[in-house]
Amino acid sequence: MERLTPGAWQIATVVGIKQETHSVRSYRLKLAEWVPHLPGQHYDVRLTAPDGYRAQRSYSVASSPLDAGEIELTVDRLPDGEVSAYFHEVLVVGDQIEVRGPFASYFVWRGEEPALLVGGASGIVPLMSMLRHRRLTSPGSAMRLIYSVRTADDVIFADELGEESFITFSRRPPEGWMGHTGRIDAGLVSRAAFGEGVAYVCGSNGFVETASGLLLDAGYGPQQIKTERFGPTS
Amino acid sequence: MADFVSRGFGGGRRAPEHLAKRMPPGQYYEKGFPVLTAGPTPRVDLASWTFKVEGKVVSPGEWSWEQVAGLGLEQIPCDIHCVTKWSKLDTSFGGVSLDRFWDRVEPRGGFAVARSTGGYTTNLPMEDLTGGKAWLVWEHEGTPLTPDHGGPVRLLVPHLYLWKSAKWISQIRVLADDYPGFWEANGYHNRGDPWREQRYWND
Repeated sequence: MERLTPGAWQIATVVGIKQETHSVRSYRLKLAEWVPHLPGQHYDVRLTAPDGYRAQRSYSVASSPLDAGEIELTVDRLPDGEVSAYFHEVLVVGDQIEVRGPFASYFVWRGEEPALLVGGASGIVPLMSMLRHRRLTSPGSAMRLIYSVRTADDVIFADELGEESFITFSRRPPEGWMGHTGRIDAGLVSRAAFGEGVAYVCGSNGFVETASGLLLDAGYGPQQIKTERFGPTS
Repeated sequence: MADFVSRGFGGGRRAPEHLAKRMPPGQYYEKGFPVLTAGPTPRVDLASWTFKVEGKVVSPGEWSWEQVAGLGLEQIPCDIHCVTKWSKLDTSFGGVSLDRFWDRVEPRGGFAVARSTGGYTTNLPMEDLTGGKAWLVWEHEGTPLTPDHGGPVRLLVPHLYLWKSAKWISQIRVLADDYPGFWEANGYHNRGDPWREQRYWND
């Protein structure tokens, strides 16, 4: 079979679906023309209606590139979402979906150390690819995660967050929670930050503005802070 | 591949019918103004800010904020298209055409790299920056451009994907040869024409 151009559209098959939270699911896709991604990279998804109307969105890969032949896209169901709604309401195992990727080589982890990951809500998805890949390839390397979520019900990948993870519950902590509560602040950053190396910040624009400002205050240089933002602000 | 239809997809976020022709392929209709930036938002002080035009030009120039604002304020109604798939139609910016600067410096190269405070770069052929197609802007829909949208002053090249419209612009360097900028070196298309859907390297 002739190889496709890198980044060309191809038809992937849904081989697994996992409910992560009330509004987030992970979709495992099997790709005929799979290439290993860098943790942090994204794929584009394209939906085509019978009348030819098309919609595209980008989704970060949550899995490690060591999962040969497959990628996992973790999708948050947005209130007015067009493509995320399709994932959640229509897609079942065995369905086919058009994808292309992996794309973009800026917000990626190539083994940088130490690495501080800072995620807000579903901004954890590309960071989870980094965390998973590090566990498989270099579990001793310095990597920590600051993860801000509203409540215990909103924690994605809960069973994979180990002692490298610093969680804060911005709205309501679970019963008996002894850790950080409230929005990300200088105290939380100072406990997790290395003060050197690279920081990867992903979340809503407001979260990224706040978190990257705190990192600048904590001594990170602008070139040491990589950001990925999503969501409308106005 | 053109025949593939997504089972059960009807399209939930189409642009209003009379605007559909103004939506480039693969874009969705967005009423807000999302923010996408690589890295933290730099704090730019207008008192010390300058805009430089250098490189292959007859006479390099440097303008202070007062000098740039003194060139006049043109209203630029436009549609803008972000490579992350949203398009915002019927928006407007206020600023000054780059042609005003070209008249002064007389470019002699076919390419340019725009540079931002904070180090971001993007490359464009001079054809895309001349002839009333590119502006320095400092207002959006009648109010000062906010820092997260590239204020105080950004480049605006609305006929290309918005990453070409460098935020926090500080310099344009005219070059004899093309030289990839930040996103162009990180997997994104060299030209970025939304109507040809030039998103990534092989598009």
